[in-house]
Amino acid sequence: MVDTTQTQQAQGQQLQFHETEEHHPQTGTMLGFWLYLMSDCLIFASLFATYGVLGRSYAGGPTGAELFDLPLVAMNTALLLLSSITYGFAMLEMQKNRVRGTIGWLLITGLFGVGFLSLELYEFAHLIHVGAGPQTSAFLTSFFALVGTHGLHVFFGIVWLVTLCFQLRKYGLIPENKRRVACLSMFWHFLDVVWIGVFTFVYLMGVLV
Amino acid sequence: MSEHHDNVHEHHHEHHGDELPHADFKSYMIGFILSVILTAIPFWVVMGGVFETSSTTALVILGFAAVQIVVHMIYFLHMNFQSEGGWNMLALIFTAVMVFITLAGSLWVMYHLNVNMMPGLMEAVHGP
Repeated sequence: MVDTTQTQQAQGQQLQFHETEEHHPQTGTMLGFWLYLMSDCLIFASLFATYGVLGRSYAGGPTGAELFDLPLVAMNTALLLLSSITYGFAMLEMQKNRVRGTIGWLLITGLFGVGFLSLELYEFAHLIHVGAGPQTSAFLTSFFALVGTHGLHVFFGIVWLVTLCFQLRKYGLIPENKRRVACLSMFWHFLDVVWIGVFTFVYLMGVLV
Repeated sequence: MSEHHDNVHEHHHEHHGDELPHADFKSYMIGFILSVILTAIPFWVVMGGVFETSSTTALVILGFAAVQIVVHMIYFLHMNFQSEGGWNMLALIFTAVMVFITLAGSLWVMYHLNVNMMPGLMEAVHGP
């Protein structure tokens, strides 16, 4: 009799343990994606360090003060910042389970991203045109490596975003898609964080004599 | 069959509900407005030539960048000590330490390497 009660109690405890587990389930996708972002952060850290070391080695070529067009950079920064808040709106629409609103805000975010990339490509083309390509000096090599890597991330972010819009249109806000939207949200905001470092460390400090 | 399907979805919904970070309009707007201010000031400081020396300007804009990164982390990336049982924050702190070592270490070592490789200094040290 006593044995049975103990068994029941043990089972009860086990059951309760399971319930609490069910209540806070963690598949680890968000954590895993966060860890990916952190490792990406280390890639950018080494690129920033490279630029920090080589950023003043002009090899007789043009300097940052001569090349950088700050109004253009301010425009780029504004575009990226706006895309961050519009992505936030997409997340809010997703929380309200509105597919159309989510897709709409995602597309607006993507447009800002495309605008950012276009301006950056225009800047790169202009630099190469005036003879300040990546092979000119160590400063420009590290500049193109750092800013180019960030631009490449934005490009893949846009590819992901467009793919996600098709997924959302076809399958709606199923849990898998919600997870994907949340992951891309982290990716997108992370790119904005990296851009803060780029415009401060590369552009603004680059024009200081 | 369809009932089973619904069950799976129900289960999944519950499964992911807790995991996704909760966001609200107010925190996004606060983050956005702070970001605009924290971006505008460094651009103004540099483009308007507010400070005399460039080292002061550099320190000020780096300070603003650091604050803005924290703002983005809190309001856009929803970082806190609770998410994922604290593992998010632990990974972030670890990465921050690694980034600091990479940046500060590279700059420090390479600066001294440059200074000590100066031809003039070599002569001064070894004498004629």
